[in-house]
Amino acid sequence: MRHIDPGLQYIQPNGELTAEGRVVWEEIDPQLRLDFYRWMVKVRLFDRRSIVLQRQGRIGTYAPLEGQEAAQVGSALALTTLDWIFPSYREHGVAMIAGMPLDRILLYWMGRVEGNLAPEGVRLLPPAVPIATQLPHATGAAWAAKLKQEPSVSVAYFGDGATSEGDFHEALNFAGVFNLPVIFFCQNNHYAISVPFSRQSATLTVAEKAAAYAMDGIRVDGNDVLAVYDVMAQAVQRARNGGGPTLIEAVTYRRGAHTTADDPSRYRDEQEAQEWIKYRDPLDRYRKLLHAEGMLSEAEERLWEETCKQELEEAVRAAESAPAPPASHLFAHVFEELTVSQRRQLEELNRGEGNDKDE
Amino acid sequence: MAVISYIDAVTQALREEMQRDEKVFILGEDVGVRGGVFQVTKGLIDEFGEARVLDTPLTESAIAGVAIGASVYGMRPVAEIQFADFIMPAVNQIVSEAAKMRYRSNGQWHCPLVIRAPYGGGVNGALYHSQSVEAMFNSVPGLKIVAPSTPYDVKGLLKAAIRDEDPVLFFEHKRCYRLIKGEVPEDDYTLPIGKADVKREGTDVTVISYGLTLHFALQAAEQLEQEGISVHVLDLRTLLPLDKEAIVEAAVKTGKVLVIHEDNKTGGVGGEVSAIIAEEALFDLDAPIQRLCGPDVPAMPYSPPLEKEFMLDVNKVKEAIRDLAHF
Repeated sequence: MRHIDPGLQYIQPNGELTAEGRVVWEEIDPQLRLDFYRWMVKVRLFDRRSIVLQRQGRIGTYAPLEGQEAAQVGSALALTTLDWIFPSYREHGVAMIAGMPLDRILLYWMGRVEGNLAPEGVRLLPPAVPIATQLPHATGAAWAAKLKQEPSVSVAYFGDGATSEGDFHEALNFAGVFNLPVIFFCQNNHYAISVPFSRQSATLTVAEKAAAYAMDGIRVDGNDVLAVYDVMAQAVQRARNGGGPTLIEAVTYRRGAHTTADDPSRYRDEQEAQEWIKYRDPLDRYRKLLHAEGMLSEAEERLWEETCKQELEEAVRAAESAPAPPASHLFAHVFEELTVSQRRQLEELNRGEGNDKDE
Repeated sequence: MAVISYIDAVTQALREEMQRDEKVFILGEDVGVRGGVFQVTKGLIDEFGEARVLDTPLTESAIAGVAIGASVYGMRPVAEIQFADFIMPAVNQIVSEAAKMRYRSNGQWHCPLVIRAPYGGGVNGALYHSQSVEAMFNSVPGLKIVAPSTPYDVKGLLKAAIRDEDPVLFFEHKRCYRLIKGEVPEDDYTLPIGKADVKREGTDVTVISYGLTLHFALQAAEQLEQEGISVHVLDLRTLLPLDKEAIVEAAVKTGKVLVIHEDNKTGGVGGEVSAIIAEEALFDLDAPIQRLCGPDVPAMPYSPPLEKEFMLDVNKVKEAIRDLAHF
């Protein structure tokens, strides 16, 4: 098996805690320990169900996240409703924990208009697709928090590919200069579509780039939910207390395809993927730990999986029964008030002529 | 009413808006201690402090991106791009994010931000301190673009831009900064974005322009009056959205239209203005629509004779108006 330096690790792949991990584990509320497990299961089942829905033509192209559950669940559970989340397009797990209902997330992948609407009070932006554009936004929200003197922290979620973009540098540099309460959370899943991390960067890690911005850079085992949570919780606390930004690199692996329109067998060694699935799975190791700690039985596992599946089916039903948007919605939310030209185009559309002739 | 310069109108609008609303803050390169390379923000750091007049790193994409993030959080950032030429690294943020935030979030989040940038030549600024970039953004729904030509319009429109709930690009012609003076009320007022303004009434030829070249048109009109040519001058003021009604009305008024801008001809705002007239008022025209614009060369030369060649001036405008009057 290939050696991977996983970074900070508390739960070993065999499910055993490290000595340091044991100390952290004892401090974690038992309810939170169970929440780690429950969310990871729910996220994985959602992901698998979504792929099936895509194959059945019931949702559009979908970006799978299997393998990255611990990175998303561990980090998102360390946040509060005060905090701002600027995600990329693979962060459905984060979105769920932030408070996005499952049916809304499905609606997004159906291309329905409601899919990006976070419930009232949830500071979650729609997924950023252009790559790394959300990083300066997180920096900007952190600057706003400073101006408003509010104790909120901003988090930008992104992948290893985004670290090659100019916006990565500009956002981290700005955050470093002004010591802003922002966390840059990179899920290094080793591939940006087909391009491996070695083609994104000459450095071996993402975390070491933090040195260039005089901020803490932490490489953590992204498949270890406990370590991710702990690292994130510390970064949040540091940011809230005026300690400035942190770059976190969660080392993980995208088990599946980039999206359902991609085929990883064209560029990736299947054996490599199998190693991650068999030996470094985030859920397996956590399940083993809970079993060893006497916190989870097989019956409870089955019960929780059933509960999740039921919830998922209800979400699918809700999403599929959502009414189609009216054609006029094409012009909704362009501006606070439409321009004269846009109003005319909308009237044209409402008359059912359906072209974009502007008069 | 006090007579002030174009640049002082910018400063006045910024100061008054920052006094009025503590959510308004400025960010950009050299805007703080230096007061801006043109002194637009002079004195503001003393009045409002360095957090609200933020000297940023050299980082145009982040200047725009930070403004977006802060505006989503409820602030009203006014970002300065030091020269419009340097807006290019921020295009992704402006076009892909600011212009689409309201739309892609179904109205949940929006970006009430202003990006100010001095543009235009005639100041020996050479290739990278003279460009007009407005046309590059003029086909982006979700943006508003304002390019005023007088101090009165500057103050009223900048205030309106800052109070607007959507992103506004505010282009200031840098040659106008100290050249153009005019009466500006000391009171608070705004002007509507999206409304053009008739700057001179006339009956023979209609000139449609904005920015510095608008003043060439006004001077030309003044001089041509002695030759018996009556020129109607429309100042677009807002380039996106264009004021179609005013454009058509101005075109119909004389039946002869000259569109002038410093930005290069191909793909410029003048093409859209001409198309509007062609669509809506073709049979009211007595001559083909004419455009007098900057040449289609990559940049404003540093060489003084070549820069002069690139720039429009009163004589070039007069000649074009005369040609059209005699058509």
